[in-house]
Amino acid sequence: MTTDHTTPPAAPPAIDGATGTAAVEFFDVVKRFGAGSNEVRALSGVSLRIEPGEFVAIMGPSGCGKSTLLHLAGGMEDATAGRVYVAGRDVADMSITDRAALRRREVGYVFQRLNLLASLTALENVSLPLELEGVAAKQARARARDALAAVGLDHRVDRYPDDFSGGQQQRIAIARAIVGERSVLLADEPTGSLDTVTSDAVIELLAGLPAQFGTAVVLVTHEPRFASWTDRVVFLRDGRIVDDTAHPVGAGTASGGFR
Amino acid sequence: MAVREGLLALLHEGPRYGYQLKTEFEAATGGVWPLNVGQVYTTLDRLERDGLVEVRGVEGETAPSQKTYAITVDGVAALGEWWEAVPSDDPPPRDELMLKVLMAIERGDDHALRVITHQRTVLLTLLQARRKERRAAGDESLAARLVTDALVARAEADLRWLDTCEEHLQRRPASATSAPTTASSTSTRKASR
Ligand SMILES: Nc1ncnc2c1ncn2[C@@H]1O[C@H](COP(=O)(O)OP(=O)(O)O)[C@@H](O)[C@H]1O
Ligand SMILES: [Mg+2]
Repeated sequence: MTTDHTTPPAAPPAIDGATGTAAVEFFDVVKRFGAGSNEVRALSGVSLRIEPGEFVAIMGPSGCGKSTLLHLAGGMEDATAGRVYVAGRDVADMSITDRAALRRREVGYVFQRLNLLASLTALENVSLPLELEGVAAKQARARARDALAAVGLDHRVDRYPDDFSGGQQQRIAIARAIVGERSVLLADEPTGSLDTVTSDAVIELLAGLPAQFGTAVVLVTHEPRFASWTDRVVFLRDGRIVDDTAHPVGAGTASGGFR
Repeated sequence: MAVREGLLALLHEGPRYGYQLKTEFEAATGGVWPLNVGQVYTTLDRLERDGLVEVRGVEGETAPSQKTYAITVDGVAALGEWWEAVPSDDPPPRDELMLKVLMAIERGDDHALRVITHQRTVLLTLLQARRKERRAAGDESLAARLVTDALVARAEADLRWLDTCEEHLQRRPASATSAPTTASSTSTRKASR
């Protein structure tokens, strides 16, 4: 069951083919850092297909490769071996400029904290990616207002990040990550410093994005309570996928495997 | 059975009809604990027999649905004891998940790790299904939210425990963890127990 997406493709997957373009697709991806005795294998052969509009949690103990997986999915780092497709395009084949454009147009990223530029207002933080894309300032601001409204912030948007609570700052970061119709939103423990009720609200907000915008959302978390909001959970251990609720290891082997 | 005490708690607010107790009980438990009305009347009969509840206002051959029930002084005392009692398993805890993992370790570490991985996935899948049901039902009441939170918190405790089991198994000497599943039932680990 899990083998159908572990086979590297002979050719790049057909764009808008019968099964459609994945938001993100990994084929037997390996990521190493360092060399010789300092070598660390952060990912050891990861194959994974994430559909548009899917909400997926990546779980696993610290150091198992979750952040590395997100960096590769966002085109921020290169695979050592294997292939990574984002929005149907092989990241390794892209020029530096194409890749920068991919990161601005297709991928939104929300970190645990320090997501916003302190010297810009909430509205400016959100409209910045559009303005960098060459969208006229007035139009960029209008779209930024819409994105802020979508995360429940429709007033006081001319204030600076420091004037907002931690939960509100994460909402602003999410608004910035979804402005401009991205294919993928990557969130790396986005509730790290927030209290439980505020965290729940942030995750609930992420959970609404796939239906609202068709965005695939990939959430790294080690909290089951947050993972429970998702459609699917992928479990990582030592750089490998050990289970996936979409293709459970136990499901096919339950009779033979556990008897 | 907590239904008894649940009904007493509602009656402590004031006298009620049986059907009213059913709907209020279900609302208070966020819809996860459906009661049929027969069960309500059976419980009320027992409470009446035990002197914790009395029938008010009507006499004789009135249909059960016409009866109003009220809590008695003894009922208030019983309810008071219930609020203070701490729900607890008699130690040692004997839940099924724990038993399953302990038995799996008996059979061999590889098998145990597979069982742990499977149980973890199943638990999360259940949580996802729970959350999805809630969202589909559009039930935004505080009771519904808190019931989901309670289930999530219990599952979290189980998942943390599974993580701990896994860590311990992975830290055992290589001879214990690398033994093939088929051979492990006869391995020397059993001697350590
Ligand atoms: N830039 C880097 N240089 C060297 N090692 C790294 C680097 N980034 C990550 N690693 C190593 O790769 C492994 C996976 O890291 P990471 O993806 O951050 O794990 P996680 O996010 O699951 O905690 C760890 O052993 C980590 O130390
Ligand atoms: Mg990390």
